[in-house]
Amino acid sequence: MQKAGIIFKRELGGYFATPLAYVFIVIFLMLTAVFTFYLGGFYERRQADLMPFFQFHPWLYLFLIPAISMRLWAEERKSGTLELLLTLPVSLKDAVIGKFMAAWVFAGIALLLTFPIWLTVNYLGDPDNGVILAGYLGSWLMAGTFLAIGSCMSAATSNQVIAFIFTVVVCFLFVVAGFPLVLDAFRDWAPLGLLDAVAGLSFLAHFESISKGVLDLRDVMYFIIMIAAWLLATAVVIDMKKAD
Amino acid sequence: MIKIDNLKKSFGYFLAVDGITFNVGAGEVLGFLGPNGAGKSTTMKMISGFIKPTSGAITICGHDVLKNPVAAKELIGYLPEGAPAYADMTPLQYLRFIAEIRGFKGAEQQQRIDAVIEQLELQSVIHRPIDNLSKGFKRRVGIAQAILHDPQVLILDEPTDGLDPNQKHQVRELIRSLSRDKIVIISTHILEEVTAVCTRAIIIAGGRVLADATPSELEARSRYHGAVTLQLHDTPELEKQLAAITGVASVEVSRDNSSRYTLLPEAGTDIFNAVSDTVHQHGWQVDELFVERGHLDDVFRSLTNQHNMAEVA
Repeated sequence: MQKAGIIFKRELGGYFATPLAYVFIVIFLMLTAVFTFYLGGFYERRQADLMPFFQFHPWLYLFLIPAISMRLWAEERKSGTLELLLTLPVSLKDAVIGKFMAAWVFAGIALLLTFPIWLTVNYLGDPDNGVILAGYLGSWLMAGTFLAIGSCMSAATSNQVIAFIFTVVVCFLFVVAGFPLVLDAFRDWAPLGLLDAVAGLSFLAHFESISKGVLDLRDVMYFIIMIAAWLLATAVVIDMKKAD
Repeated sequence: MIKIDNLKKSFGYFLAVDGITFNVGAGEVLGFLGPNGAGKSTTMKMISGFIKPTSGAITICGHDVLKNPVAAKELIGYLPEGAPAYADMTPLQYLRFIAEIRGFKGAEQQQRIDAVIEQLELQSVIHRPIDNLSKGFKRRVGIAQAILHDPQVLILDEPTDGLDPNQKHQVRELIRSLSRDKIVIISTHILEEVTAVCTRAIIIAGGRVLADATPSELEARSRYHGAVTLQLHDTPELEKQLAAITGVASVEVSRDNSSRYTLLPEAGTDIFNAVSDTVHQHGWQVDELFVERGHLDDVFRSLTNQHNMAEVA
């Protein structure tokens, strides 16, 4: 685990060594502002909460998170540093976790930098800050799940663009899993139990209840298990595809 | 001590490494020779623990690479082919990262980093991103990374590729100075490098070991081994007279210098004395006269060509 920490530090430093981090943060902040104030009708609703802010996060993440995750492993594979990293005395587990945590913490930093909106809502009214805190936690957990999926897609290819596209597609399916778009594909043949299970995989359902302030352990566990499962898949894919 | 036992690796239907077996002991510098695609890099990748063999076993100083990879990797310093490094870091940041991963802290960390920076003369570039460095510097950063922890086993995949002659010389000196009680394995297709640094050479082609001997033993297999080359002022009928010396099998005239002759001996005979006697008898004026040790490239070509022929047949 100590070695995962060293890899984490290097990775996180790597984000800020290139313009990537700054470009990402600026665009993320601009888009959250646009979504919240224009599409979400933050002022028009005349309610002291951050619902219009959080409700667009799944859609925002859908395109922004794959931009972070696409380089996680694809770049290592392309530049040959994968061989270097995996011949250092570190376990694959440490490498996968270290790199993922760096990306997750980076997403967390971007999320924390939206704090002016929290200041605004507190200045204008008297919101329930517990609900807002839960919303931030839920949003961060969801970002982690997107990243874990992206990590796995990135491990499967040395082409970052392909990694990006696959991550968007897979994440999109998870976001809309509760919608007819996905469920209709199962409705005709699948038993009701499977249909419910598929609907239950939806990010939206789990995220919405957290962002409303209902911090149900099942929702939190859902995201954590998803992250763990996709990271495990990442390790398996890397181990299988090391040679090419 | 590295023990490699019947190592095989296939990619789909393609058998890249086909049953390689050898041991390397401390103090040896093993040169891995072979044409491109012979399985050199694949074998090194398996020894360093990057890819898993399809079958066979690798033990490094008692640690099984498959069963106990992290312990084996701690003993190894490895320069992968092409010397990959994190391009957005500076050499200093990069070496610090490697040192941390290798478990060095505080003063010892600094001291080791300073030592390799000096050994590979990286002082002038330590604060520039690796991305912006020349090929030679990148390669040296890769070697610095590999020797930072003073490894028991050093595996270098084409360490001098992309270096200028001075830098090549420097790296060879470095390898020689490191090798006293260590195990060094280098791959190369520069044959002079084998004679310059290796105590032992393994020639592989098609994933199989074709020869495993010291460089001088390999040279002895050359048809030029023991041949005498001499340069002398033109004398009529010289070629015929030279060919008549006892023990001389054939005479070759140098392509770019018509007064330079190479006399090839019949197998197992020493012709130097006979040649020198003949020269004295005739009172020829000789500019140069020496015994050839044998040409490694000649041996390499004949071994790997034989192999290709066998493949085709």
